This record gives sequence, C-alpha cells and structure tokens, in this order.
Amino acid sequence: MTTYHIENFANIINNSYQTNIFTIFAYVLLIFIGILAYITLVALTLIYVERKVCAAIQCRIGPNRTGWWGLLQPVADAIKLVLKEKNSPLYCDKLLHFIAPMFCLGACLSSLLIIPFSHNIQVINLNVGILYWSAVSSLGILGILIAGWSSYNKWSLLGAIRSASQMLSYELSIILSIMVIVIYAGTLDVQKIVLSQLDGWWIFKGHIVTVISFLIFFVASVAELNRTPFDLPEGESELGAGFHTEYSGIQFGFFFLAEYINVFITSAIIVTLFLGGWLPFHLYGMLSFNNAMNGIHPIIWFFLKVSLIIFIIVWIRWTLPRLRIDQLIYLEWKFLLPLGLVNIVLSAISVLYSFHF
Amino acid sequence: MAIHLRTLNEVLHSSNKKKTWGTKEYFINMGPQHPSTHGVLRFVLRLEGEVVKEIIPVLGYIHRGIEKIGESVSYRNFVHLTDRCDYLSSIINNWGVSKVVENAMQIETNERIETIRTIFAEIQRLQSHTLWWGVFAMDLGAFTPFLYGFRDREFLTSIVEDTCGSRLTMNYIQPGGVMYDIKPDFSTKIKNYIRYLRPRIDEYEQLVSNNIIIQKRTENVGILSKDDACSYGTTGPVLRASGVPLDLRKDHPYGMYGKVDFSVAVGSVGDCWDRYWVRIEEMRQSLNIIEQLIDNIPPGKHMVMKHTAKIKLPIGYHYDQVETARGILGVFVASDGKDSPYRIHLRSPNFNNLWSITKMAAGLKISDLVAIFSTLDIVMPDVDR
Amino acid sequence: MNKMTASIEKIYNKYQKFIVENVISKKELRINSENLIDFMYFMRNDSDLKYDILCDHTVVDWVNNNSFDLVYNLYSTEYKNYIIISTTIPRNKPIINTVSGIWRIAEWQEREAYDFFGVLYTDHKDLRRLFLEDDWIGFPLRKDYKDNFMLEM
Repeated sequence: MTTYHIENFANIINNSYQTNIFTIFAYVLLIFIGILAYITLVALTLIYVERKVCAAIQCRIGPNRTGWWGLLQPVADAIKLVLKEKNSPLYCDKLLHFIAPMFCLGACLSSLLIIPFSHNIQVINLNVGILYWSAVSSLGILGILIAGWSSYNKWSLLGAIRSASQMLSYELSIILSIMVIVIYAGTLDVQKIVLSQLDGWWIFKGHIVTVISFLIFFVASVAELNRTPFDLPEGESELGAGFHTEYSGIQFGFFFLAEYINVFITSAIIVTLFLGGWLPFHLYGMLSFNNAMNGIHPIIWFFLKVSLIIFIIVWIRWTLPRLRIDQLIYLEWKFLLPLGLVNIVLSAISVLYSFHF
Repeated sequence: MAIHLRTLNEVLHSSNKKKTWGTKEYFINMGPQHPSTHGVLRFVLRLEGEVVKEIIPVLGYIHRGIEKIGESVSYRNFVHLTDRCDYLSSIINNWGVSKVVENAMQIETNERIETIRTIFAEIQRLQSHTLWWGVFAMDLGAFTPFLYGFRDREFLTSIVEDTCGSRLTMNYIQPGGVMYDIKPDFSTKIKNYIRYLRPRIDEYEQLVSNNIIIQKRTENVGILSKDDACSYGTTGPVLRASGVPLDLRKDHPYGMYGKVDFSVAVGSVGDCWDRYWVRIEEMRQSLNIIEQLIDNIPPGKHMVMKHTAKIKLPIGYHYDQVETARGILGVFVASDGKDSPYRIHLRSPNFNNLWSITKMAAGLKISDLVAIFSTLDIVMPDVDR
Repeated sequence: MNKMTASIEKIYNKYQKFIVENVISKKELRINSENLIDFMYFMRNDSDLKYDILCDHTVVDWVNNNSFDLVYNLYSTEYKNYIIISTTIPRNKPIINTVSGIWRIAEWQEREAYDFFGVLYTDHKDLRRLFLEDDWIGFPLRKDYKDNFMLEM
C-alpha cells in the first residue's frame, strides 16, 4: 500500500489495459482486504498486550496455555466470538440494532487512511489530514447512541447517553490541542507536520505550550476511547456492560475491535503530532549517534513510539478508578476547556513573536 | 388506627406523580443479578435522569428458612447453619451460638479455648476486610486491588484450612470449645503473615486512599448522622463511622478481648470515606490483637464438653451478642427444655444495616449508590437467612 | 454478664404501672400490650435509660397458650447495657401498635414479623411481605403451618 506502488500500478493500468470498472474494483478490493488484515493483526496484538500487562500489574501470569506464552489466546477469542449465537432482544429495533456496530467500525477504518507510517507508507495523503481525522472519529458517537437506543434496555440507554455527553464534550479539548500544533506547524497536512519536526519534536521544541497541549490531548483521548478512568458508559460494576449489553457474537466483536483500533489510531495521532511521527530520535550535536539512529528504518521508530503510548494507556486503565459522570463533565468544561483556550492564545503569541515559553 | 396491607406493585404505582413540566421519572431494576449488589439483592430505583429519588429493596432471593430449620435440629447442628449466614466471617457466627449455649448452661471454658477463639475471630475479621477492600475498589472502577485483596486472603485461608479442614464454611467453634486443636506450626505461619501484611496495608493506603479520584467519590457522599445511625439500627463499622463508639469487644469483653490492648476506630462525619477508613484501621488493630496473643497460647484441652453430652437449655429466653466483621450478631433462643430450640432467631447485622441505604442514597446519583452500598459491606445470605 | 443487663430495679421503680411481670432474677421485663407505645417512648427518651438502638424484634409462637410473645431487645449506647422486653398478644387477634415512630428500623423488623407470623401492626407505613412473594398464602414460622412442600424431619 505504498504511494509509490500505487503510482506504478496506475501507470501500468494506463499503459497496458483499458481503465475499466473491473480493474478499479479489483484494486479497491485489494486495498480493503489489506486494511482488514492489518487491523486484525493490530487488534490481536493489542488484546494480547493488554492482557499480559494487566496480569503483570495484578501480580499474576495472564494467558499462557494457548500456544507459546499464550500467543494464540486472541485467536481463540476471535474464533469464540465468531461462533457465538447472535441473539437480540425481542422488541428491539432490528435494523438499528444491526447497523450500530458498523458505525463504530466504519469510523475507525476511515481514520486509518491518513496515518503516516513512514515517509512513503501511507494510504492517502490528504492536505487536510488532521481535520479529516477529527471529523471522521466523531462517527463513533453515533454508533454508541444507536446501539444504546435500539437495545430496548434502560441500562443500555443510560450508558449510551452518558457516553454521548462525555464524547461530545471531550471532542472540544481534542480539537483545541490539535489547533496548537497546527498553529506551530502551519499546515493541516499530516506528512508536513511530521517533516516540520525534523529539527526537534514538538513536545520539546514548543516548550511548555505543547507539553500542556500534549497532556490535554492525552486525557481527552482516553475519555474519547471510553477507557478507565472515563469508562462510565461501559462501567462494569454499575451498568452490567453499558451500551453493548445486548450484543453478542460478532457484533460485540465489532465493538471490541473498534475500541482497540481506536486505541491504536489515537496513539498514532499523538505520536505524529507531538513525538515526531516516524522521525528517529536525535540528540543535538552528536553526529555519530544521530547517524546510527538514522540507520533504523522509520517504520520501526513509528511502531516503537506508538507502543510506548499504548503501554501508558493500558497502564492507566488498570491502575485508576473511574470518575462519576458529573465529575467527568466538570473536568472538561471547567478545567480542560479554559486551559485549552489559554493554550491556543499562548501558542499564537509564540508563533507571531517567536517567543518561547 | 389503620392496618393497610399492600403488594409491591401497589407501592410502585403509588409513587407515580403526574408532572406537567420537566423530565419524567422512571423505574429501573437493579436486579438480583448485578455486578455490584454483592449477592442476590434487588433494588427497584425510582430515577429522574441520573438522580435516584427512591430506593425500594426487594429481599428474599436467598431465603432458606434457617430459623425454621433450627426448630428441629439440635444446638450443635445449628452451628453448621450459622456458617452459611455471613459466610465471609463464619467462625464468628459460630461463636455467637456457642456463647448463648455456654452462658445458659453455665459451662466454663479454659483459657486455651478462649485464646484460640479470639485469634480465629480476628483472622476471620482480617479475611473479611481484605476481601471487602478489594471489592470496594473494584466497584469504584479500579480492578487491580481486587486481586491484591484475594491474594492476601488466600494466605489466611490456607492456614485456616490446615486447622479445620474447610475454606469457607468452617464450623469450628462449638459449644464447649473448638472442634480441632491447632497444629504445631500455627504460630510461625501467623507471625510470618503479620510481618507480610503490616507494610502491605500502608502500601494499599498509598494506592487507594491517597488516590484523588477515590477521595472525591467518597467524601461527603452518603452521610449518616449519629441519631439516624442509632435509629436505623446500624451496628459495626457503619455505626462507628457515624461517631458512636460502640464495639462489643471493648464495651462487653468476651473471649480474651478484655486482656489485650487495642483501640477502636471511630469516625466523625459518617460518609463513605469514614466507613472506609474505619475498616482499614480495624485491619491494623486486628493485627495488633493477634500479635499479642499468638505467643502465649496456654496449654490445655481444646474441648471441655464431651461430644455426646446432651445440650439442653433452661426454660425461658436467652440472648447474647458477638461482634462480627459487619456488626453485632445476636442470637435469641426461646427454650422449652428440649433438645432443639423452641424458637431461635439470629439478629443479623447485615439485615439491620441494609435499611439505612434508603436514607443515605436518596437524592444522589447511581454511581454514588454503588459507592455507598459497597461501603455498607452487605452479605446477602445474612440478610435473608 | 451482669454488667450487660440493665438495672431492672431502676426501671421497675420508675414505671411500675406498666410492668405486668417483674422477673428481677432473669433479665427480661414483661409488660402489657396496651401500654407498649408509651413504655417504649419512655425507654427511649428518659435520660436515665436512653435505649437508642432497637437491636432486635422477634415473635415466639406459643401454640399451647394460644398467644404470641413479642420480644424487643433494646440497647443503650450511653449506659452500655441491654434489656429484653416482652409482651403477649392473643394468637387469633394478633394486632399491636408499631414502634417505628420511635426507632426507624422497626419498620423492617415488623415487616419480617408480619411475613413469618402474621402479626399485624397498626399505623405501620408499609406493611407487606419482606422475604416471601407477595402472593404467598400462610405464615411459615407458625407452629401449625403446613404446605405441600414441607418435609417432616
């Protein structure tokens, strides 16, 4: 899926065959299968990592029976989910109940399109990349609301409404902290944002403004992902399973999958915006060290950084308790939002007057 | 002068008020199967949005008729039944029945028996509180302390299993003594455990008590004032957290409690935080008590009465109380001189503590209800008997 | 043991008019069922007595005497003693006043007594079955209770 190969393929099409609907269709199918294979791989890895890290924090071993070191456990989980019986409530809204997981999955699949894995590995490089991401990721809210409403279950509805209010509020903080980086880099294009960090990652170059922005984005994105400490919508000890109570089998699998892919996408966006994307780790003035760092392929740098952020997100989930809904909303509207606004003003000042805080 | 008998349906329909403006109230069932009701308890909640207006508890899902069965079994066999009431501190329940029988028949036990009984009661209290701590943190959303609590409880369970052969329903304290004598390595194992747990409690305080999220979710939530706590019949840590220093171990000492030195944790405000803190302090005091007793277990017999001796209580009413991990367990026996009691009634601490939730949680949110219910530490089989 | 039970003499001297049977050697007092409310009110509010926790309330079914014995266990947190109060009501007309205006927990304890024995309490706010289903017929803990599911031991 490199842009290079796409150009080559398009040339071949233009030169040798007539561009007809069948080749285009085959080509789109190939990309679709490729993306599906990729997200399956990512989801399986993340499930395994989460269970092993959770076990380590809880002083136990975690899955170790299925395959060496339990590596086949996620595969077993996936097979179990596919083979389970799909039952839905008697009086539920059948059409909505069926399509709700597809919204969540569609949102995260669409967000995968703009992630820059390396300088030439990216599905599509839009020139409004970050704006596209924040727009598409909001589709997930719709999926959760529809799931809660169509389940004909008061507990699911409670979970869905809590989730909707939470995710809508935290979208604002996310956009405000993205704006800081956009102001610094001067562009919405994702590859250009990474390239603007050639002389220093934004989290170091922007000093205190981007550090605050990083923290706001981190907290807000954990809230967007519906993970502890913000997992009230699926709060296990209060609501049973929240908005996905009435789902079983592969539909529950879709929600599950969407959550893990969103973890990956959010970490990827954090890495792209704040931690230099696929750029290697350079120290100022140490030429031989920097040359050695350059020798490692950029995609390995990307995955190393993403793994670090994913580890922190999983670590937080198994350590902290959850917030109450009014404390959650209070945190956003009375603390993070004013802080984000002040941050934007400071970033604008620092760009205009080249003043670094 | 009115006696009005109703059913649950009438209660639910009578609360329907007609409102022209504003959000509608709705009923939701926090059903018998729910992750946070610690057993089979059903709450019918009347909610307005997210705010709980009224709580109607519905009991009886695990009612087994223990008091009726007690009328046809002997006193020794009845001790088996008390195990199944509050199964997290079952040895203390056994002590309740044994105490009534011994006081009524005026049986004198020796110091070894009393020391062993006290040590085991404190072990059960520790087990119950470590499990409660794990479940409390899990109800608030932190999953890890649940496993830490079970790990700490597991050490004690294996020690108890060495002594009486069973992990949950022990049936250890019988009228006249204890069932089996302790093994020779009992003291060493307990001393190792005390050394293991003491620093852990401080570590757990750092993990859970110093966490700002837990503090914000439990401070000033579910306040039960002193008068309300007495009027609603609460006992145990719930009453002590509201400011009433009632602890049967200090006020009416039995066993060896009169001869050891420990303090009673008393709260001030009566909110969830105070109930939490009182139990953590009780864990520390239990460790102190065990430490003072474990080195000086006097020699002697472990059972003073013959196994085949008949137990017949004098005619009349007999009543006695012990302090379990959750409150005061009272055993009331109406005897007519025969082998089995004419009427035996267990004053269960959880039954009397549960009623106070209707006062505490009205007007708060569902998340607060879960937190309050978790700090009340209810075990449902004890409520339903 | 003696430290735990109240000084019955004190109560006897003050409220002699209520007491039916004075059993000083035992630890209980027996009073007339008509004076129950007034007596309980004094037990709670008298500054020398101050029984502020109603620990327990049960019923004993004396079939041979054709009566129910209602037993109240009171505890005083200030003077740290307890006392057993009992009163008798006829078995075929088991009506008595409720004490839930004095101690709130009596609401539930009396519901349990109604559920198992059929004792009716006047002025009770919410008298319905507690443990058994609403449509259960009969009162199980009575000595003459029979139904199809019972096993004779």
